[in-house]
Amino acid sequence: MIEIDNVSKWYGDFQVLNDCSTGVGKGEVVVVCGPSGSGKSTLIKCVNGLEPFQEGKITVDGVSVGDKSTNLPRLRSQIGMLFQNFELFPHMTALENICLAQTKVLDRSPDEAEERGMKLLERVDLVEHAHKHPAQLSGGQQQRVAIARALAMDPIAMLFDEPTSALDPEMINEVLDVMVELAHEGMTMIVVTHEMGFARKVANRVVFMDEGSIIEDADKEEFFGTPRSDRAQLFLSKILEH
Amino acid sequence: MAMKYNWDWSILLCRSPEADPTGAVEPGTPGSGATEFGGGMGQTFDTGAECAQPYFDWIVSGLSWTVIVACAAWVITFSLGSVIGVSRTVENKTVRAIATAYVEMFRNVPLLLQMFIWFFVVPELLPEDAGRWLKRELPLPEYWTAIVCLGMYHASRTAEQVRAGIESIPRGQTHAGLAMGLTRTQVYRHVLLPVSYRIIIPPLTSDFMGIFKNSSVALTIGVMELTAQSRQIAEYTFNIFEVFTAATVLYMMVTLIVVTIMRFVEAKVRIPGTIALGGD
Repeated sequence: MIEIDNVSKWYGDFQVLNDCSTGVGKGEVVVVCGPSGSGKSTLIKCVNGLEPFQEGKITVDGVSVGDKSTNLPRLRSQIGMLFQNFELFPHMTALENICLAQTKVLDRSPDEAEERGMKLLERVDLVEHAHKHPAQLSGGQQQRVAIARALAMDPIAMLFDEPTSALDPEMINEVLDVMVELAHEGMTMIVVTHEMGFARKVANRVVFMDEGSIIEDADKEEFFGTPRSDRAQLFLSKILEH
Repeated sequence: MAMKYNWDWSILLCRSPEADPTGAVEPGTPGSGATEFGGGMGQTFDTGAECAQPYFDWIVSGLSWTVIVACAAWVITFSLGSVIGVSRTVENKTVRAIATAYVEMFRNVPLLLQMFIWFFVVPELLPEDAGRWLKRELPLPEYWTAIVCLGMYHASRTAEQVRAGIESIPRGQTHAGLAMGLTRTQVYRHVLLPVSYRIIIPPLTSDFMGIFKNSSVALTIGVMELTAQSRQIAEYTFNIFEVFTAATVLYMMVTLIVVTIMRFVEAKVRIPGTIALGGD
């Protein structure tokens, strides 16, 4: 469903992505991990065109992202994205956040959008918080609203950019639980995360990045069993030690 | 060394010896002062009985022109300032350059000079017909000029505030908006602007107050606003202390009203869960 072929990206002279290639099949869950600054977030932001790239090709469901003629808003509306800092819109209630793109992008009626929004809030267990603003919600609740907001667009795939990195430890699980559920339902997902427990539980494949390159791209068992590269082994030994 | 001065507030209620100088009444119209002299049989020869208006009315007239000019200018300031401010944040380099040029041009030239340029130079630069219309046919040309000049001068400052407000919003918000399929225009309309206007209410308030204060510069091109009227009364009566004190108090009252209104607006649009001045 998502094909990333030989993608390279530079910020001025600095190369942030170096000839990255990988793919995600329908219903597959791919976890991207690696040290900070290795280009993980940049790579998934290239997938929905939030970051431009200079070389290579990315296609989502057959549509080339980098192509000038591509209708990016339309493509993006089909790909849900979650952010480290949730990025709910602060001046709108949880429900209004979920309804905005439904009405403005998908042209759903306000009633229809609201009904769908309430259903999704029920799913992430936040119905009683529908009319609260983001600042009145905890981090975990905000991220679950953000998931509901993404799901409201009926996405064909979802991108997660370190969705639990800004959360207090006790809130990480409430978000991960929703993500695990999504994975089990067959959602196509690319997840940038350091949560190796999550990777072990639901990932089909793990991609390990360092300094802009994909160093390892392996099945989960293979990756956690015997990662081939020294760099990946070192990384794993560090984050799995505790 | 203390100065001895006999305050005489009753001067404001005295009648002026001459016609209403607001410019609102055309000379020669019945009821405008001198022409009536001797006409009114019932009139006695009390102090300045030949004039229709007490000085107090001059002040009221000046105050209303100050409010009218400032409010009209603010409409220009707010709309033009928003457009220019947004233009300074877009990706298109040409649009950005034009907006930057506007800000630098209007922010870096003294307001007084801008007032003169708009009033004396611009009509000469325009095509002949338009220039003549401005000078001859447009009623109250100095008032329109003052409104446009003040509005465009302050728009450069409002633009900077709008830009700063937009830039203070984390990039992730734009990304989130784009990622759900909104166009850039929609992201501005539904995300960036509603949030940044809330953020910049305090600086917008002081700029709005600034328009009221700066409207006094319009007296140099003949706008009979509050300061001009006060000066005129001072020249007639030499009661400078009373007159300028009255003007000072009135300016302070007007700006206080502005602050109160803006505080109310700020509290009204406050985002629940956040802190803002004037909130509960």
